[in-house]
Amino acid sequence: MAKESLDVSESLEMVKLVARKIIESEPILTDADRNLGDGDHGIGMQRGMTAVLEKLESDSFADIKSIFNAAGMAMMSSMGGASGALFGTLFRSGAKALDGKLAFDSSSLSDFLVAANEGVQARGGASPGDKTMIDALDPAANESLQSKELPINEALGAVASAAESGRDQSKDMVATMGRAKTLGEKSVGHPDAGACSIAIIFRAMAEFANN
Amino acid sequence: MKKLINDPLKVADELIDGLVEAYDGDCVKVGTRSIIKKEIPEGKVALLIGGGAGHEPIYHGLVGTNMADGAACGDIFAAPPPDIVLEATSAISRGNGVLYLYGNYAGDVMNFDIGAELSEEEGIEVKTVLITDDVCSAPPESKEERRGIAGLVLIVKMVSAASQSVETLDELERIAKLTVLQTRSVGVSMSPGSIPATGKPTFEIDEGLIGLGMGIHGEPGVSEIPMTTADDLTPQMLDLIFKDFTDDSDVDDLKEGDEILLFVNSLGATTMMECLICLRKAKEYLNKRGVRVYDTIVGPLVTCQEMSGISFSITKLNDELKRYWDVPCESVCYTKL
Repeated sequence: MAKESLDVSESLEMVKLVARKIIESEPILTDADRNLGDGDHGIGMQRGMTAVLEKLESDSFADIKSIFNAAGMAMMSSMGGASGALFGTLFRSGAKALDGKLAFDSSSLSDFLVAANEGVQARGGASPGDKTMIDALDPAANESLQSKELPINEALGAVASAAESGRDQSKDMVATMGRAKTLGEKSVGHPDAGACSIAIIFRAMAEFANN
Repeated sequence: MKKLINDPLKVADELIDGLVEAYDGDCVKVGTRSIIKKEIPEGKVALLIGGGAGHEPIYHGLVGTNMADGAACGDIFAAPPPDIVLEATSAISRGNGVLYLYGNYAGDVMNFDIGAELSEEEGIEVKTVLITDDVCSAPPESKEERRGIAGLVLIVKMVSAASQSVETLDELERIAKLTVLQTRSVGVSMSPGSIPATGKPTFEIDEGLIGLGMGIHGEPGVSEIPMTTADDLTPQMLDLIFKDFTDDSDVDDLKEGDEILLFVNSLGATTMMECLICLRKAKEYLNKRGVRVYDTIVGPLVTCQEMSGISFSITKLNDELKRYWDVPCESVCYTKL
């Protein structure tokens, strides 16, 4: 059933579902990172999203921007390191594009994703093809530009699929950033753990909007 | 590894509490995990340093009298998150700007940058100078990508001294850049440290090998060479520093008549005995080249738990830098009378 947009309280529930899905996925993310990094991505994301959940359950929010902003700050302060900064930047940069919004529709989704994608690339210095979270985020942002006229549930479905196919394509890439960089060609064959997290985040949003 | 700790997840917080006690009242903890000087004059250009815990006595041990005004401390081997950077910045700001001075690691840069943005939103002007003294981590033409290692002790000492008298943030930034440019280090690793929470080694290296230029977290260096003697290794390391001054067109060669600071650092497990044996050889090498050592520091100041390894850091002095070096200072990490 088509749903045009999510209101503030629905958006809040959507981000809570994202947090719960990431927490559940800790073993998958840990495994993904063990192949390429130091295996701490799953635990870090679990810690970050546990903080997000606590924050979202204890505070009240007047608009959509403040929900994403609070999620970003909670991730940054609880995770530390590069991934805390990058995932925190994703939510905080995206939030900046949602000034005063009380409804999250497919056009807001696109504004959020484009700003988030720009923010994360500027912060981390990675580009598409470097085998990072950008390889799922960039296709998701591009897809959102094509889906601006769709109902929010359909737009989120398309964005989630784009993020998943980006994650799958990261398997064939050679890592040029972060800790996996030292593996060079040996990094081929495994998806990037950050890209896996991005795919889970948008699949959870789509799942919420479709139920 | 037998480690005298309590809850492995509270290691960083508990060591900060202990550090505050070591300061005997000169420095205090603010917020979650920042250490700041108790008294900072109004209008002073403030200096903030920081980084992950686990490398004691740096970074937070470099706060003190005529030393840094504050340090933002992360968890073990992890950058301080932006809210800690912000709380430290707010606590030391005296209305004349804050300089961030820390080692160039991706996690630190991202978190300090976000901290700077948050501070600016609160009306505090921030500038950043990255410490990039590890000559083995990138060639001279891309030296801005280099990591920060032990040379930071020399750099923070001089920039802190300068910060007591400069009038503007721009002037302190200029001095910090000059100090970083003239300070170069080369390190070696012989065996890893361990992560306190898990006991796992921070990296792996073959028993019979030395990682020449290897980073303090096991980042790859120039090459792996067979284990050797102090007298064989020391000149090889100093050669790399001299070569770097020669190859880098932004600085003059290190040559006869130059005056330098020399810092021989242990990564943790390498003993003072070994450092002194290497220092003796280093002095012989420098004498032969006619380079005069103005002052020497030796000891385990930039460590990585029980990692064994050593580094040499050299600052080439001019009259200005010498003036900053001569200022007496007191901190847990380094004190000069």
